[in-house]
Order: sequence, then structure tokens, then C-alpha cells
Amino acid sequence: MSAEVQIKCRNIWKIFGDNPKRFMKRHKGAPTPEALKEAGYIGAVQDVSFDVHAGEILIIMGLSGSGKSTLIRCITRLNDPTAGEMEYEGRDLLKVSERELIDIRRHKMGMVFQSFGLLPNRDVLENVAFPLEVQGMDKAERVQRAKDMIELVGLQGRESYFPRELSGGQQQRVGIARSLAVEPDIWFLDEPFSALDPLIRAEMQDEFMRLQQKLKKTIVFITHDFEEATKLADRIGIMKDGRMVQLDTPEQIVLNPADDYVAEFARNAPRERIVSVGTIMKPIDPSAEGTVLVSEKIGSVAQQVLTASRPMGVVDETGQIIGSVTREDVATTIFSRDAA
Amino acid sequence: MTEATASTFQSESSQGVKMPSYWGVVFGIALLALIFHYISPGVLPDRWWPEWEIPAEEWLTTRIEWLKSEATIFGIAFKDITRAIGEGLKAPVKWAEYVLYRGHANMSWIWLTVILASAVTYFSTLRNGLIAAVLFLTPILLALFLGDAAPESITSLPKMLSDGLKGIGAKALYGPIPWVAIAAGVILLGHWIGGWRLALLCAVTMLYLAVFNVWKDTMRTMTIVVVAVPMAAFVGVVLGIWVTRSKIAARIITPIFDLMQAVPHMAYLAPVAALFALGPVTALIATVVFAMPPMARCTILGLQTVPEEIVESGKMSGCTRRQSLWKVALPSGKRTLMLGVNQVVMQTFAMVVIASIAGAQGLGHKLLYSLQQLKLGTAIELGIAISVVAIVLDRLTQGYANKETDHFAVAKTWVQRHKHMLIFLVILVLSYIAAIWFRDVTIPPSKLTYTGAEGKVTLFDPKVLARWMDGGIREFNKNAFDYINPIRDWVTLNFLIPVRNFFLWMPWPVFVFVVGAAAWRYGGLSVLLLCLALMASFIVTGFWVETMKTTYLVLIATLLCVIIGVPLGIWAARSERVANILMPICDTLQTFPSFIYLIPAIMLFRVGDFANVFAIIPYATVPAIRYTYLGLKRIPEVTVEAAIANGTTKRQRLWKVELPIAIPEIMLGLNQTIMMALAMTAITALIGSTDLGQEVVRSISTQNFGRGILAGFFIAALGIIADRIIGSWADERKKQLGIG
Repeated sequence: MSAEVQIKCRNIWKIFGDNPKRFMKRHKGAPTPEALKEAGYIGAVQDVSFDVHAGEILIIMGLSGSGKSTLIRCITRLNDPTAGEMEYEGRDLLKVSERELIDIRRHKMGMVFQSFGLLPNRDVLENVAFPLEVQGMDKAERVQRAKDMIELVGLQGRESYFPRELSGGQQQRVGIARSLAVEPDIWFLDEPFSALDPLIRAEMQDEFMRLQQKLKKTIVFITHDFEEATKLADRIGIMKDGRMVQLDTPEQIVLNPADDYVAEFARNAPRERIVSVGTIMKPIDPSAEGTVLVSEKIGSVAQQVLTASRPMGVVDETGQIIGSVTREDVATTIFSRDAA
Repeated sequence: MTEATASTFQSESSQGVKMPSYWGVVFGIALLALIFHYISPGVLPDRWWPEWEIPAEEWLTTRIEWLKSEATIFGIAFKDITRAIGEGLKAPVKWAEYVLYRGHANMSWIWLTVILASAVTYFSTLRNGLIAAVLFLTPILLALFLGDAAPESITSLPKMLSDGLKGIGAKALYGPIPWVAIAAGVILLGHWIGGWRLALLCAVTMLYLAVFNVWKDTMRTMTIVVVAVPMAAFVGVVLGIWVTRSKIAARIITPIFDLMQAVPHMAYLAPVAALFALGPVTALIATVVFAMPPMARCTILGLQTVPEEIVESGKMSGCTRRQSLWKVALPSGKRTLMLGVNQVVMQTFAMVVIASIAGAQGLGHKLLYSLQQLKLGTAIELGIAISVVAIVLDRLTQGYANKETDHFAVAKTWVQRHKHMLIFLVILVLSYIAAIWFRDVTIPPSKLTYTGAEGKVTLFDPKVLARWMDGGIREFNKNAFDYINPIRDWVTLNFLIPVRNFFLWMPWPVFVFVVGAAAWRYGGLSVLLLCLALMASFIVTGFWVETMKTTYLVLIATLLCVIIGVPLGIWAARSERVANILMPICDTLQTFPSFIYLIPAIMLFRVGDFANVFAIIPYATVPAIRYTYLGLKRIPEVTVEAAIANGTTKRQRLWKVELPIAIPEIMLGLNQTIMMALAMTAITALIGSTDLGQEVVRSISTQNFGRGILAGFFIAALGIIADRIIGSWADERKKQLGIG
């Protein structure tokens, strides 16, 4: 993926403790985990570097305490990083003034929170219109925009309900509508579906994909759920103890985990829904019969391939044969998780 | 297990020899010292040496004199500043008086401004802090214009208007708001907030106030309440915001609030009365100062407990710092803030009632007077009035805080949404018109009469009823005193007096030693130093005797409160039915101003220490009951179930599982009980006592304010000592139990 870089993060550190800046200086900007522990500091984010490309869904995944929430708060400047560099559209995000930062948040960023973060004293309409209100948009215009957003998330008819009168799923729809009201370029979602029941969660994930197909935002999405990550992500960054241990496409993470920690996640992942035909295809086999599409996930072609007596040809979008896939390849990919 | 602390337990087991416990040693030494003092009195000092006494009282008195006569700030005489403040505050009080019960030639002017102000507010689309400030300032500015200082040109127009009205016989139009309209307004407010039940409560209360001829006195009291509440709330919110935003402010203000919380109501009057002349302004200032800290505390709590994600969502929506505060944090904490307002209203009301000794007119003043005259019938009528008003104020403000917003509001028409307001306006106008012909619409008549064919017949006269009650009480006392007096005298002679004498006989070093040992054991060095400093303050200034009298009263009262309260709390925790009855009673007892607890005490026992203790108990038992109940209720279900599964009997469970876990909470209740008992001893001074409270009361009537300020401070000092020691103990215990 060679799209333009929208956010560039280099060597981000976030350390909690009495005097983190001085501590960082003493360790020349790169304290070891042992040094942190000894001094009683907590390295929530340690030396994390990555880029967010325009239009991609970047998912940051990790267990609780791995530093993923702190990382997203560093990028949004809700928490200031202890050290590092951050660029947003070529601007140094750590050096912008208070005023500029507020301006960026008002027009470029939207964020969805795990426990929704709705204002309890405002109804649905007022909550969604809130970001527009604080930037000073006049009432008629912001009400119209808020109504459009409410319709987009399918909550029309509930404009005058208060957050406490809505279910968790509905509340998060309000949170999503609010974060989209300013038409942000980049959309942050901090475990948006973790507080929801499994059924509602699946429904909201589909809803999210529907929205994204329509809006094509740049997205940074936090989750602790590996399945959710593989379902939604273009790329996944896996965090452990404050460090980014691997940042890659779901397929690569499943097939080539960087270490045992990642492998442990990948082991239980539904490979058939992650790995695409292109990843496991072999060179063109003249004896192949029938064809499957290269971008197809192997789960959706498994029955075809497994029941065929011969290898199958692989075609690209134009119909050109570019390789072949065998029964064995599909079977080992799907079942090799137990071998790993 | 509850007594043996972890460290002594360890030392016993590690050394294998039974070491005397910490408290064994402390009490051993204290006992030896007391025996020694008994055998050879005079060696241990029982008073501080007069030649070493610090003349704090004289020093304070001369300071106050100096402040009142010579002191200047930036070249302006201090007395001029206080006078200006006094004059400035007189204006809103006057304004409230005109509106509520006195009426004024300029009433038409007031109404004009009120109508204009509400119109401007309603049609203004600007909904922000500016409007709130304007709303807050309008009545004050208005009142300034209506005050004596208003220039002729401004007042002449409404005067002409009023004169014109008078000319056509519409005298009532410059009277106060008719009581009928106020009562209707309160009932409508009750209905809007709490439905028919609350409306009924309001209606009964209003009717009582009117029928028992206490309307005007209630309005006198409310005059100060309506002025003090917005002021205290405003100052409290501002200070609260400041504390949450500035670390320095937090460091300065928080300990001051801690001190203020320990100072009893009464003690606020002395310093204020020292600077301002006795009268409504002194009552107002003392009330505002007294009622403000709860608002600040609730503001701090409300702002700090706004969920982190809501704050963050505000920031991510692009709020500036100011928008974060006004649009996110304050509205999200609204419920807590409104509970703060509830507390401000209740504290204000309680304080205004007590401020009667510093010149506040109204219910408290009348009650104090009738108590001192032993007109118990009238006292009962007034006491009921104070109680029902307190209940109504409490229910209204609490109901408003909990009021859920109606989410169908948009679908309703304007008239439907504002029906309460519209009905009130109609009644207001109608009652004003009716007042032209019927005087009783403005102020309720002193007795209910009926004019029929055979002339005027009195249907009900509260004075007659009061006199009849007086007679009844006297009759009851005459008979009951044969039984009551011997009990009272026996307890006083054989229990109260000996304990008091013991405290007065005890050498002060023993007291300092035992209290210091407790402070050191549970709170460490800092608490020890604080307690020593506080004890030194009343010992070296010559207040030892008065302080010990207060200490003894509070100790006995606290002991009785615990004996009564803890079992009641346990009972309530065990039985849902008991809790459903007991807890509302506790709530109600706490809404009453402490003053009214004097009535039954005087009725049954006249004056004396026995009556004082009796007055303290109903007031101070409530926290003992409530904290015991909560402490037991908060024990995790699993713990109790495990104990049942282990085969414990109900009794074993209570003593071995529930009480040991609940004990820190119960101790915090004890702490509250002591605080309330201390506050109440100051009130009982009004019916005669010889302790610190009496010093406060007397200082106001004799204008010896230095002494009053010191005595008030020492009451607070006792409270702080108890609070720090018990608080540290409970904290440590909670940590050991892994709770809190």
C-alpha cells in the first residue's frame, strides 16, 4: 500500500511517574524495561513508530494494559507523549499551539469512545450537534447536519431521547454520529464495541464496515479482540507491554507471526476468513481445472477447491490466469493452526 | 481480633513472651498518675499556671477594636469597608422583605423590572455564563436602585405611578406578593417537581403556616434564605471551580473548609457580629459563610467525578478550556451540584433560625423568645412550623436535583410545557386584584373568623390553642414531674456530676497524654503534633474548665448515641421492614434545624445537663444508626454466604464476621456523631449550660467577641482532634481489611 502518509509517528514514548522528562533524559531517551521497573516508572508506550496511510483502517490490538489506549490518546494529544515526533499532514503535531490543536480537533479529527462519553444532560440531537455547537456553527445549520448524521447511523425518531434512555448499541451509534458530524479526515475509535453484547457487537461491526465503504475515512481503531481486528483491518499493529511487536496485514500476521506472543493470537484466528487465495497460490499449473478469484478469501472458495479433483486456476480481476491453488494448500492453511 | 493490632500480634508471637500491649502501658501510666494525684494533690497541675497564661482573649479583643477603629487597607478605613459591605447587603435583604411580606411604595417598579428581565432572558438565544451572571446581578442592582441610596430621578417615576394607584384606591398593588400567590406558587412547584404527593405536602405546610399565624415570621426567615442561598451557591461554585483548577488554591482552601466544617453554626456569629452591627446583615453574612462550603465541596466532587471519557469526548469535540467547563463538566455534574444546592438551602435555613441570637427576625427569634419565657405551646407551634418548612425545602430541592427530563417535551405545545408557570401567573394577577378588596389575601389573618348573622365568630385562634397547650403541658408536667424529676436528679447526681467532676479534677497532663498516645498510635507524628497544638491552644489560654465541660457532655452524649444507634443500625440491616421505617425517620430528623430539639428537652426536663444530653441524642444518634446500617449492608454477599456455609449461627456471624468488617464504617459514624454532638452542645447553650457553647452565646450579647471567637474555635478544635484520630484509625483498619 503506497498511499500517502497522513499521520507519521516516530519513537513515541509515554512514561508515567514523578518526573518522566528528567527520567528520559537520564536514560538518553531510551530507557530499558528493567530501568523503568527499577525506578518505579510505568512505560505505557515505549518507542513506537508507525505511519497511518490515508484511507486505510489501521487497527491497534493488544490486551488490557498493553498501552494501546494510551497510544491513541498520544496521537490525539489527549495525553501528551513524553518523547517522540508526530506529524499530521506535514505539521508537527507536538508543537502546534493550543488554538491550532483545538482547530484540528474541530475540523479534522473525530473520536469514538469505549463507554460512549455522551453528555448525560443533552439529548441525542444535542449530543450529535455538540462539536458543531462548540465551533460556533449557527443553530439551524448544525441541527440539519446533526439530523443527517443521526439518519446515517439509523437513529431517526430518537432525536429527543437522552443517553440513559438508549441501549448500549444505540448510545454508541450516537457516539459515532457525533464523531462524524464535523466530517473529520481521520477517525479514531477506542474500543468502540467492547462494551456491547456479542450479538450487538457483530451488528455494529457490519454497520461500521457499511459506513466506511460509504465514507472512506482514515481510521485508527483500537481493540483487544483479535477476531474483530482481522475482520475489519487493512493493517494490524499488535502491542505488548507498551511496544509495537508487529505491524502488518492480517494475512501476514496470521501466516508469519513475528514472535510467540503474536503467534498465540494468530493460532486461534479464523484463517479461512483472513488469508486470500493470492497469498497461497502456486505458479500456473497447466493441469488446473476451473478458476477462483485471486482476492477471494480461501474460506469462500474452500468448498470449490477441496471438492475438485485437480488443482484450480487463479485469475485476477481481468480474468487472466496468474497461478494455481491445490487442495493441500487450502487444507494446510486452514488446519495448520494446531500444528503451529 | 478487633483490638489486637497486627504489630502487637507479631511481637507476641515472635518473642514468645506476653508483652504488655500499647494501650495497657498507656492506661497503666495514666492510672498511676491519677492515683498519685489523688494521694498527693497539687503536684500534678490541674490548671495551667496563671503567670504563663497567654492572654489570647485580650489580644483578640484589642485586635477587633483596632480593626473597627483604626485599621486601613490601601488607605481606606476598614470600618468604612465593612460599613459599605453592610449597606450593600442590606439592599437585597430589603428587596426580599418588600416582595415577601412588607410591600413598598415602589412595588410597581419592581414588577416592571422583573417582567422586563424575564422577557429579556426568555427571548435571549445566548445561553451561556454571561446570561447567568446578568440574572444573578439583576436583583442586586435592582435592589440597590430601590435602596435608600437611589437617586430621586429614578424613584420619582414609580412613586408617581404608585401615588396614582393609591389615588384610585388600589393600595394593594404596592403590597407584597399576596400569601395566596406564594402558597400557590410553592404548591405548583411541588407538583411540577414531585407530582401530587409533594404538592399535597406543600399545601398542608402552607395551610399550617397560614392558619397558625406564623406566615409573616416564616417570610421574615425566608427573606434571608432567599438572599443567602444564591450568594452562598455562587461563591461555593466559584471556589469549587478554582480548587479543581489550581493546585495552590486546593492547598489553601481545602484545610480551611476542613476547619469550617468542624466549627458549629453558632460560632460563626461571633466573628461576624464583631465586625458588623447586630441585625439581618450579620445573620446574612454568617449564613452565607456557613452554608457555602457544602456547595464548594459538591462542586469539587461533581467536577472530579465527571467520567474521564466525557471530558475527553468534550476535548475531541474541540472544546476550549472554557467550553469544557461550562458545556461539559458543569452540566455533567449537575446532579451533584444540585445536591449541593439542597445542602446550601438546608444549612441556610438551619443557620437563619439560629442567627436569631444575632438579630435575625423570624421563626427562630420567636422560638427562642417563647422558649425563654417557657411558653411551650407557642414553642411547639413554631417548632412544627420550622420542621415542616425544612421538610418542604428539602423535598423540593432534592426532588429538583433528581428530576428526570421529560423527553417528550418537544412534542408538547408551549402552553403544555409551561402550564405550571402560567397557572402561577394567573393566580398572581388574580390575587393582586382580589387583594384590593380583601386584605386577608395579602397576609393571612391572625385568627380564623366567620361573620354570620349573629356577628363575628372566632373559628380558630392559634393563640388560644397555644395557651390551651401550655395548660396541658403544665398539667402533664405537674403530674409527670413526680416521676421524671427523681429520675433526672438521680442520673444527674450519680452519673453526670461525678463524670463532670472527674474531668475537672483530672490534671491536664493526663488528658494530653492519653489523647496524644491515641494520636501517635493511629495517626503518627503529624496527627500527634496537630492534636498537641490544638490541646495547647485551649489549655494555655485559660479555657481548660469550659473545654472539659464540653468534652464531658459530648462524651456522655456520644456514648448514649452509640448505645442507642448501633443496635438500631444492626436491626435495620437485618430487617428490610425496620429499615424502611427507620431510614426515612433518620432522613427527616436530619432535615430539622438543630434548634427545635431543644423544645422536647425543655418540656420534659427544663434546664440542666440532663436536658442538654437529652436534646443532643435525637440529633446525634442519626449518623450512628446510618453508618452502622451502611457498614453492614456493604459487606459483600459472598462473605456472608461463606460464613453461612461454614455453619455459623446468626449471632456468630454478627460478632465474628459482620461487625469486624463493618467496624471502620461504624467508627466513621461515631466520628459524625461526635461532630453533631459538639454542634448541638453549642445550641443547648441557649437553654443554659456552662461550657464553651455558653461562652459563644454570651459573647454575642455582651459584645465580648474575642472570647466568643476563641470558644468557637475550641469547639472546632475538639472536633478536629476526634476526627483526625478516629479517621486515621478507620483508614488504617480499612487498609488492613482491604476495603476502601
